[in-house]
Amino acid sequence: MNLPSRADNSIIQPRRLTNRRKLLSIGIHAIGLLPLLQLTVLWVRDSLTANPIQFIEQFFGRAALNLLMAVLAVSPLVTLSGWNALIPHRRTLGLYSFFYFVLHFLTFAVLDYGLNWGEILRLSAEKPFIIFGSLAGLILLVLALTSFEYWMKRLKQNWRRLHKAVYLAGALAVLHYALALKGSLATLSGDISRPLAMGALLTLLLILRLPAVRRRIIFLRHQIKK
Amino acid sequence: MKPDPIPSSEITPKDLYLSRREFLKTLGLLAGGAVLAACAPKLAETQSAATAAPRPATASPRPAVTPFSRATADELGDPLNSYKDITNYNNYYEFTTDKQGVAVLARDFPTSPWDVQVHGLVHRPRTFSVDELIRKFQPEERVYRLRCVEAWSMVIPWLGFPLRKLLKEVEPAGSARYVRFEAVYQPEKMPGQKVPFYPWPYQEGLRLDEAMHDLTILATGLYGGELPPQNGGGIRLVVPWKYGFKSIKAIIKIELTAEQPATLWSTVAPDEYGFYANVNPRVDHPRWSQRTERRIGEFGRRDTLMFNGYAEQVAQLYNGMDLRLYY
Repeated sequence: MNLPSRADNSIIQPRRLTNRRKLLSIGIHAIGLLPLLQLTVLWVRDSLTANPIQFIEQFFGRAALNLLMAVLAVSPLVTLSGWNALIPHRRTLGLYSFFYFVLHFLTFAVLDYGLNWGEILRLSAEKPFIIFGSLAGLILLVLALTSFEYWMKRLKQNWRRLHKAVYLAGALAVLHYALALKGSLATLSGDISRPLAMGALLTLLLILRLPAVRRRIIFLRHQIKK
Repeated sequence: MKPDPIPSSEITPKDLYLSRREFLKTLGLLAGGAVLAACAPKLAETQSAATAAPRPATASPRPAVTPFSRATADELGDPLNSYKDITNYNNYYEFTTDKQGVAVLARDFPTSPWDVQVHGLVHRPRTFSVDELIRKFQPEERVYRLRCVEAWSMVIPWLGFPLRKLLKEVEPAGSARYVRFEAVYQPEKMPGQKVPFYPWPYQEGLRLDEAMHDLTILATGLYGGELPPQNGGGIRLVVPWKYGFKSIKAIIKIELTAEQPATLWSTVAPDEYGFYANVNPRVDHPRWSQRTERRIGEFGRRDTLMFNGYAEQVAQLYNGMDLRLYY
């Protein structure tokens, strides 16, 4: 996911940094694999609740959403810290998010509904929260497929535009999450604290991404450095 | 995950059970778990209080109730869910929204002594202790299906008595048309009540004829033992043909009213949770389908039954009503 404009300064790096980069890369994969490890531990400890299918389904959904937020946090983090080395890892985190989405969907379609496509399609058409979730997943699918250098080169400027859709995926995923829980955004009551927190985080990350805000932060950062 | 049905050969005969009870009393032991271990070794394996075998009535000063569940299935032939599943998978937002976390957080929640105030449009308002209710109304075992609005279900052997008996005791006035239930509010002991997004305390309501129906019970026990705090102890409502959230837990007040009372979930989301909340596969929750459900312990989904399988007994309560309108 090297952005063309930043590709140059990330390619030529002094050798002493390679170990550090390896560590960073390992760290990123650790973040991506952590949910899988967590689930394995819960499974071994027989802690998947009395309703394991639902638990696993929701667990994968939360993992996909958390990692999607991690993807969206990379750019603002770079803006705030100037740590450019993080940029290429957006792609890795994004692919992990997609990976957990696929597991979430498979749990829903295979384990939960036993590949009863009639029922799955009916639910997908009738229930807004499933529609939002499916759209978010569809976006992640397109972004994952076009995340390779081949597409980056081929789509040129359009690639960046296309991949901005990750914010839309984030918003749809938060909406899907909010509507899946027993609460109401209309009366602001019920089980809404976690979706609200996710929505607030998403909004914050979006604000930090606005060009004007970003320029201001970079300017301030350089001021402090001096 | 499959429930462990107790073979009838392993059910302790009542006289033996009673003598054990005396024996334990003499020793002053709270060793009920050990007694049960013989009958349900699988349940007793785990150490934590939340997963241990039911606290049998022997350990309590309360009058004896059925020692163990004599039933192994509901009237449709579906096996009981295990004690472990029933007491470790709980929807009880007063503690937490994490179904596995409820048993842990509720472990030290005191459920005895427990008082229930019955008041409102009645001729003889009174406060009853649960111990007195148990003595007076002799709880019996009722094996009911519980269908959660989240589309999972269990088969549970409750110990309880018809709510009707209690209502008769206080003599409802002619003007009484509804029954309002209010649950305990103790945020210092129930961390979920500190979450600001709910209009605590939990409250629920029934139409008077629903409340007088023989299937409607106040439960004081489970699997032949006490009613654990995570399942709604000291005392809870069980209305098996309605979604689980109607069966309010930890009741402290029962009030007879002329007007339809507000309920917690219909206050939170009026378009989604109606007053009636009858299990109905043909009327979906706006966000979730109610056509199918997962029985805890089973792999596939099964079709949800009209009135949760109790249509024969309760359908006449709703004659002439549009159940899409009165959801």
